[in-house]
Amino acid sequence: MQGNTACAEGALAAGCRFFGGYPITPSTEIAELMARRMPKVGGTFVQMEDELASIASVIGASWTGTRAMTATSGPGFSLMMENIGYAIMTETPCVIVDVQRGGPSTGQPTRAAQGDMMQCRFGSHGDTSIIAVSPASVQEMYELTAKAFDLADRYRVPTFVMTDEIIGHMRERIAIPDAVGITPRRPLEQGSLPFAAGEDGVPGFPAFGNGYGVHVTGLTHDERGYPSSTDPHVHARLVSRLVEKVEGARREMADFTVTNPDAEVVFISYGAPVRSVEQAIRDMDDGRIGHLRLRVVWPFPDFALAAFTSARVFLMPELNLGQMAREAARLTNVPVVPVPEIGGELHLPDRLIALAEGYL
Amino acid sequence: MRHEVRFSGFGGQGIILSAVILGRAAAIHDGKNAVQTQVYGPEARGGASMSAVIIDDEPILYPEVTSPDVYVIMSQEGFLKYGAGAPESAVMLLDAELVQDRPSCRYHAVPATSEAKNTLKKVIVANIVMLGALVATTGIVSEAAIEKAVLDSVPKGTEDLNLQALRLGFDLGRRSMKDEAA
Repeated sequence: MQGNTACAEGALAAGCRFFGGYPITPSTEIAELMARRMPKVGGTFVQMEDELASIASVIGASWTGTRAMTATSGPGFSLMMENIGYAIMTETPCVIVDVQRGGPSTGQPTRAAQGDMMQCRFGSHGDTSIIAVSPASVQEMYELTAKAFDLADRYRVPTFVMTDEIIGHMRERIAIPDAVGITPRRPLEQGSLPFAAGEDGVPGFPAFGNGYGVHVTGLTHDERGYPSSTDPHVHARLVSRLVEKVEGARREMADFTVTNPDAEVVFISYGAPVRSVEQAIRDMDDGRIGHLRLRVVWPFPDFALAAFTSARVFLMPELNLGQMAREAARLTNVPVVPVPEIGGELHLPDRLIALAEGYL
Repeated sequence: MRHEVRFSGFGGQGIILSAVILGRAAAIHDGKNAVQTQVYGPEARGGASMSAVIIDDEPILYPEVTSPDVYVIMSQEGFLKYGAGAPESAVMLLDAELVQDRPSCRYHAVPATSEAKNTLKKVIVANIVMLGALVATTGIVSEAAIEKAVLDSVPKGTEDLNLQALRLGFDLGRRSMKDEAA
């Protein structure tokens, strides 16, 4: 199965019943498959006029209580930023798949990149937090897309599947589970204020059509949902909660693996470069190289770096000029060295071995 | 044992489908691991297209082909771009009619396109003839597995034609092996 196919199938298995999108290379297969499959499962597929409308349709669909997603790549992703901010402010669960290609601008439509890792995190104006996952295989395209829906619903926040052209177009055998565990969106208790949150910072969801009268706005709002855009306390309370409900849960949602925790030289990777690092470690076959591989990339699991108690250096291969490496560097006193590869090729395992040996 | 197979030809010959079928035969029907990739770009609409399959008993980590040991080349342009650098240790299947050059490694010149045209009256199945010859000459997957994978992959109503093409390819491959031994 192809990676993009697995993404669409994982979404359907997780109960996604709305897809609004605008096809763009290298994500198009996701929209194509959704167009074929959605009507058969009683869902809705809409090809929108552009990416601004695509994400808007997803937000609207989500407010009816439906699991909703879109898929795009760099140029379309840029167009979505404004409404992603709206989704964050209105606490709208939704899944956005970015099959990353070379940028900026139209860049390299058919080549892989990981250049949008900071854009998904900081692309919206204002103080925000979001969740992002990054698959490294066709199997994970299925699993992590499904998981993204649960995370989006659990925290009521846009959740990104940050994949790339390599994983999106590669074909591998996958094992499809009989069922994907789905945790439904917790509904708002009747009588509660729609934007009043409990201890976890996440209010119950008042889906349209269920008797709630809710005002939804991108303006700073109080717990009733009414605009209150000049009161500093209302703004501080709301935006701090929107950020803290995600940042405060980073341990709860962390998803990473640790290989050779005693190593002195440690790779950190996510997405396609995971495959290069795993190959390099298998080829070296001496346990001297460690590996932290991230499946959930945002929020970054800061505490995971501490698992490598002997680390002298962290090497971070990415298909960009060093984006997440800067995040890692900010979280540890151990030097973090970016290992960039742009243009569409994956890091050769031999290059990583030679690099690692230079530090041993 | 890791095998890296590289297919090249011109857009429209079914170069990518060939790789998908081979990968499916290995991963679904022969119980091995396989990863299929392709050069994905405007080449796919004419020009030299390229696809690849890695087959391994072990899990496949690095998914890109770096040093193919098997080449399947179905156009002269594809030969120049993706086949000419084949190492001595590789084996190459090439379309006898559409590829003019010959490599320095071991090779089988298979009349896939002319046989598809003249014997089966359908040039469109030349890639399936080639797949049959690939399996007969290299044994990279079993004949049973490739038959099942072809049937899984081709449009309804074309199963018989494609099976005929595949078996014709088996024969051409065996014949080429015999010629080589003689």
